[in-house]
Amino acid sequence: MARWAIAIHGGAGVDPNLPEHRQEEAKRVLARCLQVGVDALRAGSPALDVVEAVVRELETDPFFNSGRGSALTRRGTVEMEASIMDGRGRRCGAVSGVSTVKNPVSLARLVMDKSPHSYLAFDGAEEFAREQGLETVDNSYFITEDNVGMLKLAKEANSILFDYRIPLTGTDTCSALAGAENHNGMVMNGLPISIYAPETVGCAVVDSNGFCAAATSTGGLMNKMTGRIGDSPLIGSGTYACDVCAVSCTGEGEAIIRSTLARDVAAVMEYKGLALQEAVDYCVKERLDEGFAGLIAVSKGGEVAYGFNCTGMFRGCATEDGFMEVGIWE
Amino acid sequence: MARWAIAIHGGAGVDPNLPEHRQEEAKRVLVRCLQAGVDLLLAGAPAIDVVEAVVRELETDPFFNSGRGSALTRRGTVEMEASIMDGRGRRCGAVSGVSTVKNPVSLARLVMDKSPHSYLAFDGAEEFAREQGLETVDNSYFITEDNVGMLKLAKEANSILFDYRIPLAGSNTCSALAGADNHNDMTMNGLPIRLYAPETVGCAVVDSNGICAAATSTGGLMNKMTGRIGDSPLIGSGTYACDACAVSCTGEGEAIIRSTLARDVAAVMEYKGLPLQEAVDYCVMERLDEGFAGLIAVSKTGEVAYRFNCNGMFRGCATEDGFMEVGIWE
Repeated sequence: MARWAIAIHGGAGVDPNLPEHRQEEAKRVLARCLQVGVDALRAGSPALDVVEAVVRELETDPFFNSGRGSALTRRGTVEMEASIMDGRGRRCGAVSGVSTVKNPVSLARLVMDKSPHSYLAFDGAEEFAREQGLETVDNSYFITEDNVGMLKLAKEANSILFDYRIPLTGTDTCSALAGAENHNGMVMNGLPISIYAPETVGCAVVDSNGFCAAATSTGGLMNKMTGRIGDSPLIGSGTYACDVCAVSCTGEGEAIIRSTLARDVAAVMEYKGLALQEAVDYCVKERLDEGFAGLIAVSKGGEVAYGFNCTGMFRGCATEDGFMEVGIWE
Repeated sequence: MARWAIAIHGGAGVDPNLPEHRQEEAKRVLVRCLQAGVDLLLAGAPAIDVVEAVVRELETDPFFNSGRGSALTRRGTVEMEASIMDGRGRRCGAVSGVSTVKNPVSLARLVMDKSPHSYLAFDGAEEFAREQGLETVDNSYFITEDNVGMLKLAKEANSILFDYRIPLAGSNTCSALAGADNHNDMTMNGLPIRLYAPETVGCAVVDSNGICAAATSTGGLMNKMTGRIGDSPLIGSGTYACDACAVSCTGEGEAIIRSTLARDVAAVMEYKGLPLQEAVDYCVMERLDEGFAGLIAVSKTGEVAYRFNCNGMFRGCATEDGFMEVGIWE
């Protein structure tokens, strides 16, 4: 029988000046959600069910940027997205532009299990949610005072939120970042770290049958344009699961997308024969170029690993031998 | 100086009973669009400009399933999507849910070059198009009589169009396909091949500086649910370009997504050291499981390659030494 393992995250790119009480709150939420997963695994639940259940917990808690507590669009609304992948058969489901569904990860799962498609967005996703009888609420349910305040600050800082990209001469999109090239994690996606809302929550699990699964969910980038899709719902970028491992990523969306970060962790294991931690380290160090991101991963052999190249990542891990920890910093 | 090369496609999964005159028409369109790319390459245009220009031609021509001539949603409307990627820096842009923009690939390029994001969809994409002053038309512009007829047939055939997936016992999504397990090329995405509209057009180019780029565009799956996103706008699935190569895919969306097909061609080159044709063959033969798809690719050294595991793929290739061909069948 295989050994189970679970890793979770609440986003990478954390304000180094985050008040102590907020850090403690984060760790409490992480510990609680991790325990939900551990309990399910001890009871023999399949990986897919575990990742969905854990991400539901993370979405429901307002602390992290997903579900309730999501970052706000430039219009002050919430548009959520999520994806889920079952390593068994590499089945997958994703949603974007979700505005009334309490738990986007569950909608993503329904897309995978109950729709003829793999990815539904905006009106189509909302329609499908109603057909499926999922619990829906007013968009205001997801909006917290904290984030209303953050949005104001983001606008006042007069920063256009950039998906970080390699500056090219004369490119309009990069002029505002010209001074931030060596921002070493103190600016994420164009925002000063004190205003940046670490994007995304996620979970990667291998169950006691050796099956891997992963899920990722987010409200996305603070002050984003309506209709903006990040890496979280994109299979191979924010989420990936296959025979050998499961991965969930967080950070600068553009960097994660162009480095197909989640897929690459598995690809270097499959194609280069690297072990899990080596694969994680390689991808975070070598594949992101100037981008900042983090990820969590598990292997079918029961290992957990994580890595990030920016200031902190909210995370937790547990393995069958009793190991359990949550953390924020390096 | 590197040698340029170009490959284009008009979709995989072709009705073996396609009338001769339609086959000839397809080849004429392919030749014309291929020549547009060749002329630009002979004039020294960069890869990113060439792929955009060629895909614009393919979109504008009503023959293939992109831009005008797109397959219709279940409501009888058109929702288009596209992505583009520049191997130099792996910059990328994508759009989904485009309904009034004449050339979705150009909108995807603007997302890459002129927006703070990588991927915009639905209302957000449309809004951005207007901000950018792109040419827009009524949705009816994209609808052809042919496709109105096809949609009727698809509905009458009472097939829910499936993104093909590995059947799981008791899974609702697969009940309608239960008899189609061994559909040996004669159904694609749940539709009999004569009703299936091969999805997607694409172009992969390496220019005379050895820089690669790719772009993909589609109207998507005939009779799809509104809001359904396929593989074409997903970086790593339908489109990929990097230092080593550029790839554009077509076929059953779910299969392409879960096998991250475009990325995998590059990954086996980068991580296993396979040359282009071997990488293409490996991915099509080994990574799709039960799925049906095709792809075109070029390498930085001026090679072209393509492969498909289904009934035909409309394609064309040309290289600097004067080689030029279009084709449909194996």
